[in-house]
Amino acid sequence: MNKFIRFSLAFLFILSSTLLSISCAKKPVQSDQSRQTEQEVTEKGDSEAEEMDQRTMEEQRMEEERLAAEQDKLQAEQEAMAARDKFASEDIHFNFDSAAVLDSAQNILQDKALYLTDNPDAMVVIEGHCDERGTEAYNLSLGERRAEAVKNFLVNLGVDSGRLNTISYGEERPIDPAKNEAAWAKNRRAHLYIDSD
Amino acid sequence: MWHICSNIKLKFLAMFAIILLNGNISVAEDIDYIDITNPFLNKMPIAIPYFKALNGTADEKKMVKSTADLLSKTLEFSSFFKTMDRGAFLEEPAEKGITLKEVEFKNWTAIGAELLITGGIRDAGQGRMEYELRLFDTFKANMLVGKKYISTIDDQQIVTRRFCGEVLKQLTGHRGVYDCKIAFISTTSGYKEIYIADFDGQNPVQFTSHRSITLFPAWSKDGNWLAYTSYYKNKPDIYIRNIRDKRLVTIKERGMQITPTWSPVQSELAATLSYQGDQEIYLLTGNGKVIKRLTNSRDIDVEPTWSPDGKKIAFVSRRSGSPQIYMSDIKSGLVERLTYEGKYNTQPSWSPKGDKIVYSTMEKNEINIFTISVKDKKRIRLTEDSGYNESPSWSPDGNLIVFSSNREGPSRIYVMTSFGTDQRRLLSMPGEQTNPRWSPSGIYR
Repeated sequence: MNKFIRFSLAFLFILSSTLLSISCAKKPVQSDQSRQTEQEVTEKGDSEAEEMDQRTMEEQRMEEERLAAEQDKLQAEQEAMAARDKFASEDIHFNFDSAAVLDSAQNILQDKALYLTDNPDAMVVIEGHCDERGTEAYNLSLGERRAEAVKNFLVNLGVDSGRLNTISYGEERPIDPAKNEAAWAKNRRAHLYIDSD
Repeated sequence: MWHICSNIKLKFLAMFAIILLNGNISVAEDIDYIDITNPFLNKMPIAIPYFKALNGTADEKKMVKSTADLLSKTLEFSSFFKTMDRGAFLEEPAEKGITLKEVEFKNWTAIGAELLITGGIRDAGQGRMEYELRLFDTFKANMLVGKKYISTIDDQQIVTRRFCGEVLKQLTGHRGVYDCKIAFISTTSGYKEIYIADFDGQNPVQFTSHRSITLFPAWSKDGNWLAYTSYYKNKPDIYIRNIRDKRLVTIKERGMQITPTWSPVQSELAATLSYQGDQEIYLLTGNGKVIKRLTNSRDIDVEPTWSPDGKKIAFVSRRSGSPQIYMSDIKSGLVERLTYEGKYNTQPSWSPKGDKIVYSTMEKNEINIFTISVKDKKRIRLTEDSGYNESPSWSPDGNLIVFSSNREGPSRIYVMTSFGTDQRRLLSMPGEQTNPRWSPSGIYR
């Protein structure tokens, strides 16, 4: 009896350790089998292969759609950036010692107002600048009046005044340092840009 | 001696009076020319021979020539004097003697010297030097100023500046600019920052480090505070800063804050603020609180400057369509237009004597400096054919005007007399210099 018990215990031990070793080896064995199965399936009948092709095509189509959507998004972002750049690139110009918005600047400002309607979250900085002629303090005042004139024009076109911040730089930041009428005309400007903060 | 001193002073004052009278008559005929009848064209001939080494030591001998030269140069800065060529001198006080009894005045009147300064230097030991300096009226054969100074060997400049102040006080009634500083803007560091230099442009020291755009320095009447505008917080704000400990006061109002200027009689400022929608001039406490609004027009009002009695301001306004200079009574608010000639008159600065306002006018592609009489509105041109001449500021004695000019290319600081003569550059440093402002007297010691 004692012998039998000892034998059966030994058998149980061997069995359990074998089971354990099998279960440990189970995963790689199974995956090998499934790969074999897959290979077999592809070599099987045409109907099943077609079904698989369709599924692949469907996947491809969805991928393409996704890519197209991404492309659209990218394009939209690029367009938005271009619009934003265009918004910032077109300055409003003034006559010497004047803060009156010229007729020629009104189309540009209308475009800017449209942009601001399309982008209701955009906050705007309006910088007023002067040419180097004249004197610093007076030009700072003139620059502020130019920025305010542009702000008022946009407010009259329906833009919320709370979105428009003005600052004058007077003659401190010319974009063209040359001393001629062409440079001065460029420097007498209101520069607008979207505040990213 | 006292009556002789006052005679000299009277002589000087009489000369001024006659000249002003003549000036008025000729100015009435034609305003656009440099006034040729002014005290700075009839400079007082002064002889400043080399000093005497009183004990004959090596240190004394080293200093007798350089101190005499420094004294000549310093005195000439006032533009009142013509120092005479030493080659023409008939006697040498360095050998013969420097006291009233030792000077032979006919030797000086013979060569046309109206004034004579003699000096002696004595080695007082332990690195200290003693200076004996005397100013004589050669025609009256009298001593006008006699001073003894003891200082360290390095203080030659301080001694000569102080004695020059005594000479000017004796002859004009004011110590001149020798104890003044000049604040200005320079782009030396790559940013517009405030610098402070001696009256003659020497020893410039950077005062602000905002690394931004800093403009319009303005001295308080005691010279202890500078008010100015800086974009340090990305918009033009006024800062009121103590010269020594750099304590800081700011103004709470929104909008642009520019062109501060201190009252000459109390701790108050006038400045341009735009928080009520357009540029107006306000009266502020020294702590930056608005007391009241001083101007009222829908167009630009900017650049206030105080009358010396603190009762009026002059300022720039575009209320008539172009920038012109106006005066306003602080109490009554009554406004009077001062300039009618020219389409662009800005940067007014009221003279310490109260009779004139200096300002700049834009004409074609030049900016030129003029003075205008407050009473009869007569103009005198001070600059011509020399590019942009801007930001004139009076010396506290009212005899000199410091300004900026780009006549040599980059903008630099220049000084001239109140009649436009003796124009010269004050300093040369990297970058461009603008906005010079003369400090009140007595802050340099």
